[in-house]
Amino acid sequence: MKKLISKMAVSALVASSLVASIAAKAEDTIKIGILHSLSGTMAISETTLKDTMLYLIDEQNKKGGVLGKKLEAVVVDPASNWPLFAEKARELITKDKVVATFGCWTSVSRKSVLPVFEELNSILFYPVQYEGEESSKNIFYTGAAPNQQAIPAVDYLMENEKVQRWVLAGTDYVYPRTTNKILEAYLKAKGVKPDDIMINYTPFGHSDWQTIVADIKKFGSAGKKTAVVSTINGDANVPFYKELGNQGIKATDIPVVAFSVGEEELAGLDTKPLVGHLAAWNYFESVDTPENKDFIAKWQAYTKNPKRTTNDPMEAHVIGFNMWVKAVEKAGTTDPSKVIDAMIGVSVPNLTGGLSTMMPNHHITKPVLIGEIKADGQFNTVWQTPGTVVANEWSPYLEGSKDLIADWRAPLSCGNFNVKTGKCGGKG
Amino acid sequence: MLRRLTLILGLLIGLASLESQPVWADDANIVLKRLATDNYGDIETGITALAASGIASSEAVLNALADSRLSYRPSDKAIFFKDASGQWIDAATNALPSEQPTGLKPVKVNNRVRRALDAALGSMTLLSADPQKRMAAADAVFKSRDATTLVALDSVIAKETDPVVRQHFEEARAAVLILKPDASETDRVGAAEKLGQRGDQDALALLNSVTEANASFVVVAAASLAAKGISRRLALLSTAQNAWYGLSLGSVLLLAAIGLAITFGVMGIINMAHGEMVMLGAYTTFVVQEIIRSKAPSLFDWSLPIAIPLAFCVSALVGLLIERTVIRYLYGRPLETLLATWGVSLMLQQAVRSAFGANNREVGAPSYMAGVWNLNGFQITYGRLWIILFSLAVFLALLGVMRGTSLGLRMRAVIQNRRMAAAMGIRTPVIDALTFALGSGVAGIAGVALSQIDNVSPNLGQSYIIDSFLVVVFGGVGNLWGTLLGALSLGLANKFLEPIAGAVLGKIILLAVIILFIQRRPRGLFALKGRAVEQ
Repeated sequence: MKKLISKMAVSALVASSLVASIAAKAEDTIKIGILHSLSGTMAISETTLKDTMLYLIDEQNKKGGVLGKKLEAVVVDPASNWPLFAEKARELITKDKVVATFGCWTSVSRKSVLPVFEELNSILFYPVQYEGEESSKNIFYTGAAPNQQAIPAVDYLMENEKVQRWVLAGTDYVYPRTTNKILEAYLKAKGVKPDDIMINYTPFGHSDWQTIVADIKKFGSAGKKTAVVSTINGDANVPFYKELGNQGIKATDIPVVAFSVGEEELAGLDTKPLVGHLAAWNYFESVDTPENKDFIAKWQAYTKNPKRTTNDPMEAHVIGFNMWVKAVEKAGTTDPSKVIDAMIGVSVPNLTGGLSTMMPNHHITKPVLIGEIKADGQFNTVWQTPGTVVANEWSPYLEGSKDLIADWRAPLSCGNFNVKTGKCGGKG
Repeated sequence: MLRRLTLILGLLIGLASLESQPVWADDANIVLKRLATDNYGDIETGITALAASGIASSEAVLNALADSRLSYRPSDKAIFFKDASGQWIDAATNALPSEQPTGLKPVKVNNRVRRALDAALGSMTLLSADPQKRMAAADAVFKSRDATTLVALDSVIAKETDPVVRQHFEEARAAVLILKPDASETDRVGAAEKLGQRGDQDALALLNSVTEANASFVVVAAASLAAKGISRRLALLSTAQNAWYGLSLGSVLLLAAIGLAITFGVMGIINMAHGEMVMLGAYTTFVVQEIIRSKAPSLFDWSLPIAIPLAFCVSALVGLLIERTVIRYLYGRPLETLLATWGVSLMLQQAVRSAFGANNREVGAPSYMAGVWNLNGFQITYGRLWIILFSLAVFLALLGVMRGTSLGLRMRAVIQNRRMAAAMGIRTPVIDALTFALGSGVAGIAGVALSQIDNVSPNLGQSYIIDSFLVVVFGGVGNLWGTLLGALSLGLANKFLEPIAGAVLGKIILLAVIILFIQRRPRGLFALKGRAVEQ
């Protein structure tokens, strides 16, 4: 018995000294997790975001870090593998002791890490436009919700291009399906007949668009102005736009407005046949503001590549990171539970010349920009909301979600509060 | 209305006497200044006013705006355009200014402005001396349906001698008349018939927009009769078009699978790195184009013919290296081969990602691969046509190598009976290496063609590997003809299923059918005796 006790005491001593040494190490720097795929299919989009975060952390350290300590980036590669995202997230929080994580691109990767961040009470900044219908205490959504991208784009086409017939084309997964469901309900509410809406889904990486583009052409020759709303994702876009060019569909006849095509995607394309097709984002590289010019110059100097493009999710990370820094300084600590409370109400300048604010639903306010593709692969902003738009994380156009709101301030502190039943939790 | 007609008449007279006209610099300035703004609506009305003004430089200004070569000086709203030599020309005087202006802002264009531009340029160039330009002008009027051009159209139709151009003019006139509420009934019925003869989607769109609300009963009847005729014709055409799409998809599958037909089909190696050989070929094309762009831009149209042998060499060398360093130790152990080649494929992908970046790379299309060949409504895109021809050429060349050369003879001997071949003095390890290199090289050639239709990214190969195996297994392992037939039938089946079932379900149905087929005939369409069979 005595032996056992002494053994236990020794092991406890060893354990406590180990913990102490880890803690001492953690004191030196503040660790930030970067959870973006650097290999696999999503590497094309996510690698740039990893570089953006490294740049931002570098800039902040030049200014002296946060709370007098330097920041240190911990980069992991979840390799476009959704379950691996959850494992790597757990590793970042428990092993590397990061105080905040910036990461994920696809909705499925976010859904995969969500329980980990909630269980371990850590912070994730998610920088990509997504389908909404979610609000977690531990996630800050710096990308656009559908009403900050899709719905203004449809409004623009309806008012300025007098579009009456709609093709909703998307890749077959959760973001396009939910967005198209919202858009379909919205269009019907606006008086568009079901006959005038064509919905088409294609598999990931679809490369043979001949039939579908011919179908779109046919659908567009019913004597009414037609537009395509594209939620086609990733690699499938290049062959899609190539086929549009091949079959001679010009933007002046059937404009295509895309929600997942930015400067990076256009970099792999000859954009001359695509001039005039549209994209809706909250940021374009071509936006003419001093903040943006300054950011691009510093970013290109940091990457030592004078041609390196910038895009919307990068701006989201810039905003998210600056908000985190401000919230940490406000809270005086990096403790996630305190920072989460301090985040709400924080305002930082965005790159389009306005202020973005973190709202109680953990989404940020953003301006909406509609751009037309130019011959040089950049966008020409043709329309923009007068101010910023507050995100509707729960769409008012969907049954089951229209009665829900999210508000993470005490005393409500709920991500899906039902205003009809007055209870927190669950759909309608 | 009357004012616009007089403007058009004025324009006609103006155009007729263009050469001898003095430059009205002051009047021109007033009209031109309307373009010096950021408001798209103002630019749009400015374009219409400019087109009707008869200013000497208006065509040049509008063309410059269409190519985004037009700028204005915010201080005094003077308009300048860049000429071919890159110098700014003052639009008001249509001459070189005394000194080159600075601080210019470009006049921005959006879709509305672009439409107004097309319409304005169309009505301005109806009288052009170049029949191609006249035809383009007629097509622009067909789209804009600008009623003010009617007088001009009537006069040019009377004068036109080229029957093809006249046909386009008459169609443009019909497009204007069919939806013009105050046109006479006979004119509108005639227009419906004319559009019925044109018989394409655009004509159908126009005819479909004729309703009781905007036309009399007789006109609506004539329009719907013509529309029915067009729909019938288009239904027939769409079957032919589907067959063409199927053929084109089949040729892409054939290209992707043909290298695998050698390495997997003939040698029996489960080569998961096959897709990466295709990718290396595509990246070789990219590198060749980059060098040509920077060193000799005039050779751009030759970039693909130059890339083909290089892509073959690059992929064949990498293939040879893989065979010598990895695969030769694993002959007869399919599971280990599968894992090893899969590892190699990941390494190659990451190597390319590190060397070229994760982003897509732009591979341009040479001029002969761009554009559409319109055969009476049946559309053939040149790019696809070339790919079909190219895939058949690669297939025949490979067949020729296997049948007609001594290397091919040795390959077949080793495949049919390795021991006997070795006993006859054939060095089987050398033949194995060369066969693998040949298969990889052919995959590299396929990459050159696929770079024209797909993303040139490190993931290029992955999207084709499953389809390639499907084609080879379905066609019959070890038989090149089987691969050809397998690729074409899969392509056709896919394209006929897609309009009915949708892209996602169509693919699932096709996979289910293939599984059933393989159950009935495990060796595919054509079964061959060879090493793969013995094992």
